Amino acid sequence: MKDTAQYTKGKVNGIIANLVIVKVDGPVAQNEICFIRHAGTPLMAEVIKVIGDKAYVQVFESTRGLQPGMEVAFAGHMLEATLGPGILSKNYDGLMHDLDTMSGTFLQRGEYTPSFDMDKKWSFTPLAKAGDKVMAGSWLGEVKENNIPHKIMAPFKLEGQHTLKSVAEAGEYAVKDTIAVLTDSRGEDIPVTMAQKWPVKKAVKAYQNKPRPFKLLETGVRTIDTLNPIVEGGTGFIPGPFGSGKTVMQQAISKQAEADIVIVAACGERANEVVDLFTEFPELDDPWTGRKLMERTTIIANTSNMPVAAREASVYTAMAIAEYYRSMGLKVLLLADSTSRWAQALREMSNRMEELPGPDAFPMDLPAIISNFYSRAGIVYLNNGQTGSITFIGTVSPAGGNLKEPVTESTKKVARCFYALSQQRADSKRYPAIDPIESYSKYLEYPELQKALNEQIASDWIGQVERLKNILLRGKEAAEQINILGDDGVSIDTHLTFWRSEVVDEIILQQDAFDPVDARTPMQRQKYMAEKVLSVTDTNLSFSSYEEVNPYFKRVISTLKQMNYSEFESGQFKQYEEELAQILEERKTA
Amino acid sequence: METRAFQRIYTKIGQITKATCTVQATGVGYEELAMVAGKAAQVVKIIEDQVTLQVFTGTEGIPTNAEVVFMGKPPTLKVGEGLAGRFFNAYGQPIDDGPEPEGDEQEIGGPSVNPVKREQPSELITTGIAGIDLNNTLVTGQKIPFFADPDQPFNQVMAMVAMRAKADKIILGGIGLTNDDYLYFKNVFENAGALHRIISFVNTTEDPPVERLLVPDMALTAAEYFAVEKNEKVLVLLTDMTLYADALSIVSNRMDQIPSKDSMPGSLYSDLAKLYEKAVQFEAGGSITIIAVTTLSGGDITHAIPDNTGYITEGQLFLRRDTEIGKVIVDPFRSLSRLKQLVIGKKTRADHPQVMNAAVRLYADAANARTKLENGFDLTDYDERALEFAKAYSERLLAIDVNIGPEKMLDVAWELFAKYFSQAEVGMKQELMDKYWPDKED
Ligand SMILES: Nc1ncnc2c1ncn2[C@@H]1O[C@H](COP(=O)(O)OP(=O)(O)O)[C@@H](O)[C@H]1O
Ligand SMILES: [Mg+2]
Repeated sequence: MKDTAQYTKGKVNGIIANLVIVKVDGPVAQNEICFIRHAGTPLMAEVIKVIGDKAYVQVFESTRGLQPGMEVAFAGHMLEATLGPGILSKNYDGLMHDLDTMSGTFLQRGEYTPSFDMDKKWSFTPLAKAGDKVMAGSWLGEVKENNIPHKIMAPFKLEGQHTLKSVAEAGEYAVKDTIAVLTDSRGEDIPVTMAQKWPVKKAVKAYQNKPRPFKLLETGVRTIDTLNPIVEGGTGFIPGPFGSGKTVMQQAISKQAEADIVIVAACGERANEVVDLFTEFPELDDPWTGRKLMERTTIIANTSNMPVAAREASVYTAMAIAEYYRSMGLKVLLLADSTSRWAQALREMSNRMEELPGPDAFPMDLPAIISNFYSRAGIVYLNNGQTGSITFIGTVSPAGGNLKEPVTESTKKVARCFYALSQQRADSKRYPAIDPIESYSKYLEYPELQKALNEQIASDWIGQVERLKNILLRGKEAAEQINILGDDGVSIDTHLTFWRSEVVDEIILQQDAFDPVDARTPMQRQKYMAEKVLSVTDTNLSFSSYEEVNPYFKRVISTLKQMNYSEFESGQFKQYEEELAQILEERKTA
Repeated sequence: METRAFQRIYTKIGQITKATCTVQATGVGYEELAMVAGKAAQVVKIIEDQVTLQVFTGTEGIPTNAEVVFMGKPPTLKVGEGLAGRFFNAYGQPIDDGPEPEGDEQEIGGPSVNPVKREQPSELITTGIAGIDLNNTLVTGQKIPFFADPDQPFNQVMAMVAMRAKADKIILGGIGLTNDDYLYFKNVFENAGALHRIISFVNTTEDPPVERLLVPDMALTAAEYFAVEKNEKVLVLLTDMTLYADALSIVSNRMDQIPSKDSMPGSLYSDLAKLYEKAVQFEAGGSITIIAVTTLSGGDITHAIPDNTGYITEGQLFLRRDTEIGKVIVDPFRSLSRLKQLVIGKKTRADHPQVMNAAVRLYADAANARTKLENGFDLTDYDERALEFAKAYSERLLAIDVNIGPEKMLDVAWELFAKYFSQAEVGMKQELMDKYWPDKED
């Protein structure tokens, strides 16, 4: 460790909102962290541009009261996350400071609390032995963090192969204790503790390779799992105007998804929405393990009233934590709401630096920044052959709800699942408001996933999904015809086509995120209901006038809805199923 | 704001624009308050010894040798019980002939509440207006604007809501309020005998626009005092936030910042969020609820001001004139209260969520029927009934002159369902229909 006295110093030279210009007396690196001394309190900032002896830094705090001449100390490293056991269940700010250990009701400038307790003892079991060859990310041992096997790994910063000189015996150790010693190629010893640091803007590359994703990640949301599934290690995004259901959708996924670890980055959105998580997650059960949801979750909260520069940092902090857990061979789900706020933070800074603006005044390199971030997700084969994954889903908040804007367009190029929320559906309370026709999952085209789904769910599952989509598409065409020609200007068959798509819409697509039963549909039940709905739409029915069609289908839909609200396969569920059979019987033809 | 001995005085103004001037000075802090030729100003940019000030009253008549006095602090407000019942201007100076307020001097626009120290809002606010209580239930600690065209009676509805909500303090932030509206608010408060629990910070249309930037922060600083120190339920009314955003754009344009959509500054989202996020529920019972007004131009909600607002606030209330019944209603389609989930069916009767959704769905069917009618198509029997339902629903529940309790609203809704529809058409959970469906014989 170098003495801090060695690092460059500087003095504040100018202040424009949270952009501070620092005149420096030595070398500085792009993205280097520095601290501006204000009334005895160091305020953290990051270098975002350097011209000559002027470093432009974005301050992660309010700059009120800063004056030219104030002292600045550079830290010699980029923005880093501290990684180790104790991260799960924590609520962090965008820079990974523990919000729960901060003192006052109000956030105080420069109060930088540790990410976790370095003195806390964990029960350690070695997984490697002296003499083993190790490299970055090699598993040296394990502790149980909320019952999750948390691997203590060789530091990600290691370069090349090292030899494990010694590893601690099973026992209780504090995070800061040395649990292993490595020897590098020159024979120098490197002590390893349970904690390590990593610059969040750099991708952790401690793995062999990144195959194409091939396994379903169940979310319990029917319109996703059945129609446009996301996969382990996949990427997706949810664009939509305000009020269309982005946050409700992400919260549903965060509660229900089949993941070992869930990292939620609340990025520049409402504080009350993270309060929902703080309040509910410690109470709610993880449907996969029966333990409390909070045990598998870490929340990064940079709400819209928190410093804007830390907003950009928050998504990287979240990604670095996700990569850390992925390296342990875990299935990590990373959610960011909303990535547009992060892009806006970049825009604010770029404006203040008077850079040449790109479309809508966003920085020119926005597409590259977004693509770079999404590319950090994925399923990987670790060096020991195990798999680990980061599935990333971000929301996008397009200005004016118009998808022809830089953040949506840049994201569309890189994310493989597109869940477009429609204002029209939201207005008519058709939740979740995902437009079934605009939306897609590119993974559904992967033969390896098709094969896996057909094996896992039903032998002709992909065929069924296609049929459901087809019904929706034809229903949309029928609705347009009815609108143009009038109810009596089209055939009864056109009405039937429309109402069959309504059955799919009401029963498969629509799902009440606030109903205890309907909120989450396990895959087996989704299969059952998909088949049930297809059996209804396959039934030949006879009507003598179009006026009979609407009331009849209202009854069909109402009965199927009651099934959705009932416990799966309960007496009640079966009773409604029976009722449905009778209703179909009334008009069934051969 | 008299000048004092220790204050630093400078006189070398190098640049003057409509809203800003730049003076050569040292030892000045960012966001510090100053007086430029007797006019209040605030530091918005410092480059070496060049300090740019935003002059709240505008820069008319400021000479290049004007005296610039720095106050050594950002804008502040003295907070204390004595604020209650008082009227102030944008600087927090009395405009009611009363004395200067006494109390702790607080910087306005202070830090944010640590999110883990917030409580999940759960206390229902009842207004008697079914378009709000039934369809868009409000909760303490919420922030929500009225989205309204300038000719709609938003200030009247807001005053009505304020009077009916059981708030300990009501703080009015008047941002470019017309004098008539200002007097209207004063009148309503007086007539309700509520003056002792009202505090007003007012900038009227006659006052300089840039001054408006101070009003919301003044109002919210006062609100924080009562909510944090006194554990009171505080309701903050901000009208009209569109004029606030316009003032932001004046300043940023004068500073040559690259404008984003609709000539608004790129930081509009953050600027608005800093204010609206002051809405909070505290553990100890105090809360700040913000009801604002965002005027629209021609109903366009894709304009940057309503658009950014909608992304920040917890819903929005749309007022619309329903030509069928000739009354103003709270539009059930475009209005939304995002916090209603926290209370409906929990603090209100169990059937509330489903009744609300069913009614809106049926109302949407009526809207479709009306489109059919306008396009010259025949209506089905169902369409006819939906139209009749919509009219009754509008008249008896959505109109803003309705004033009934939450249970009564649900009862009226059930009565209308049974009158115009069958159970299958209403399509709710069967157990609710079994329980609440009125008998025809009654
Ligand atoms: N699946 C759903 N079920 C029921 N209501 C929903 C659903 N999705 C959204 N909503 C309603 O829409 C509102 C806005 O949703 P939200 O996710 O906050 O929108 P966004 O994040 O897109 O602005 C919610 O408060 C809720 O009332
Ligand atoms: Mg949201």
